Amino acid sequence: MKRIALLGMPNTGKSTLFNRISGASARVGNWPGITVDLLSAKILLGGHIAELIDLPGIYDLHGFSEDEQVVRHFLTNNPFDLLIVLLNSTQIERQLSLLLQLKKLGVPIVLVLNMADEARRAGITIDTENLAAALALPVISISAKYGEGLPKALTTAAHILNEQKATTNPKSINLLLQEESLIEREMEDLIQKHVQIPATLTDYTTDKIDRILLHKWLGLPMFFAAMFLLFQFIFTVGGPLQDGLAWVLDLVRSSMLEPLFSTSPEWLKGLMLDGIYNGIATVAAFVPIIVLFFLVMSMVEDSGYLSRAAFLMDALMAKMGLDGRGFVMMLMGFGCNVPAIMGTRIMRSRPMRLLTMLVIPFSLCSARLQVFIFMIAALFSTKHAPIVLFSLYVMSFLTMFLTAVLFQNQYKNSEPFILELPPYRFPTPRQIVLRGWQEVKHFLNRASKFIILGVILVWLLTNFPSNVAPASVGTYAGQIGVFFGPILDPIGINHELAIALIFGFVAKEIVIGALAVIYGMQGDALMSQIAGQIDWVQAMSFMLFTLIYTPCLSTIATIRNESKSTAFMWLSIAWSLGLAWIVSFVFYQGARALGY
Amino acid sequence: MQPLSQLATGQQAVISAIEAEESLFHRLSALGFRVGKPLSIMRRASFNGPLQVRLGTTDVILRASEASHIKINPI
Ligand SMILES: Nc1nc2c(ncn2[C@@H]2O[C@H](COP(=O)(O)OP(=O)(O)OP(=O)(O)O)[C@@H](O)[C@H]2O)c(=O)[nH]1
Ligand SMILES: [Mg+2]
Repeated sequence: MKRIALLGMPNTGKSTLFNRISGASARVGNWPGITVDLLSAKILLGGHIAELIDLPGIYDLHGFSEDEQVVRHFLTNNPFDLLIVLLNSTQIERQLSLLLQLKKLGVPIVLVLNMADEARRAGITIDTENLAAALALPVISISAKYGEGLPKALTTAAHILNEQKATTNPKSINLLLQEESLIEREMEDLIQKHVQIPATLTDYTTDKIDRILLHKWLGLPMFFAAMFLLFQFIFTVGGPLQDGLAWVLDLVRSSMLEPLFSTSPEWLKGLMLDGIYNGIATVAAFVPIIVLFFLVMSMVEDSGYLSRAAFLMDALMAKMGLDGRGFVMMLMGFGCNVPAIMGTRIMRSRPMRLLTMLVIPFSLCSARLQVFIFMIAALFSTKHAPIVLFSLYVMSFLTMFLTAVLFQNQYKNSEPFILELPPYRFPTPRQIVLRGWQEVKHFLNRASKFIILGVILVWLLTNFPSNVAPASVGTYAGQIGVFFGPILDPIGINHELAIALIFGFVAKEIVIGALAVIYGMQGDALMSQIAGQIDWVQAMSFMLFTLIYTPCLSTIATIRNESKSTAFMWLSIAWSLGLAWIVSFVFYQGARALGY
Repeated sequence: MQPLSQLATGQQAVISAIEAEESLFHRLSALGFRVGKPLSIMRRASFNGPLQVRLGTTDVILRASEASHIKINPI
């Protein structure tokens, strides 16, 4: 099978093009370093099946951060038939250097000049025909985001693939990975002859927005205000949607499933309805909020604001041994901690990577968000709800900052901080829908993996041994609750919540599913049952514990893989468990002492 | 000749030398920091935060400590 690789500097639109060609949904974002690992897809090209590979961005062939090494490793270990080199047309005058380096490798190349739309708006004209002749390469101008020029790029690629006989030899490439100092002169010569760039190139819109968002004193307050408004928006729009879905799911149970199981044995009915269905329905009701959350998240990621957040926060982060990029990873962690931890690959210094990885698990991810929305809806008035949720986000930042401050001396580093500031962009509806759908798929995938199994296990624990009342102290779940009592009683967590917490160790999505099973209820009934049993102080203590103690098994596995150290993984687990307990203890006992 | 970190905001300058260790040098040059290239500082973040530098068509943010490796001549 023919193999084609997409290569270019970070943030040039490789993943966008990859998605366009293959119909896949690789993550796209206006941030250099979104892709940190290889992705491949099979495509049909010129009558053959070929493998298309999306690579992380590289600035040159000398980089040694983890994501750049992924590219070097690929180039030197895998034979391939064609490189599609992507350059950002608006920055061609500096990005051409990468092409010239790659050209020295002597591999078949198609040069794709992406972002033709932006180049046009900026008044940059590139004489592709003569540039192609000068480079002795096919050069095609495209816009991966809008699909312009794509057919031509594909036919050119197909043509090269069909003509050529031997694939590249990885060994010879290895030898050639050395610098060529002539590149600079060659580059200038080419640009002068074939590219016209207006003398003063300014993207006025970006500049205008930056004047406000990067304001010396108002920038940071505006950032936090915007965050508050965004979560308020998700909460007010998503809340009713969630209620609606919960109502529908309840209706499905009472009007369809209950009649269906009316003749089956009691245990089967219990397992299917009170166990699996209740558990999954409770979790599924959160799908609208999660989708909404990721739609907002994808707009933020694609807007280019993340690099601005890095700019605003870098000075503060530097005091904690991190840098602005670490702050961006924290924000990405709000979606899911796993890609955020992998995103640290753009950092070269190992101590800084480790410190950032130690911090990210405290980032309030979307799975924990579900638990909080549920508990908040059960125990707080709609007036207080947004404030409670926001305070949990503040807590999330505070625990991250505290962790960094406490551990920064163990992870001293001197990583340089240099980052591109891309122009503001707005995702197309297609990109937004694709991302939303991707997250639903991800959610359903996790649901089928963990939640069903977890929910069944919880049901078994709360219903056996069968000679005691379900969910009573005599059941296995009750016994586990009693066992952990000495640790969890001082922080106000009762036995029912304790079981949910234990399963939450695997994935936070299970927590509310487990609660539904433990109480044998769903929706409003479940919420009022919980509200009758615990007060807001206990609920808050439970939420603080949920926020701080280890996100999920996938995150732990990712920490292990990325740090390549089991000891570091255990440190992360131990620290978060310890911190969770201390924070909940201080909060719970403090609130009780104050008379709440 | 003075370090970029001391250039006034808004003032134009030309890069005259880049005195950095190899990996930093490569990263800077890939981002467009090359001798002879004009640049200017757009803004500085508060609390001694990073500088936003405009180089041709690219905007880059970097800390003053990194910027001090880049020598410039104001024009
Ligand atoms: N205007 C415009 N924007 C584009 C085009 N292609 C990609 N983009 C945007 O550029 C940004 C980067 O796109 P990605 O596909 O994530 O870039 P990448 O090269 O994969 O980036 P890394 O994985 O970080 O190296 C996103 O905001 C895209 O929406 C294009 O043709 N025109
Ligand atoms: Mg990518």
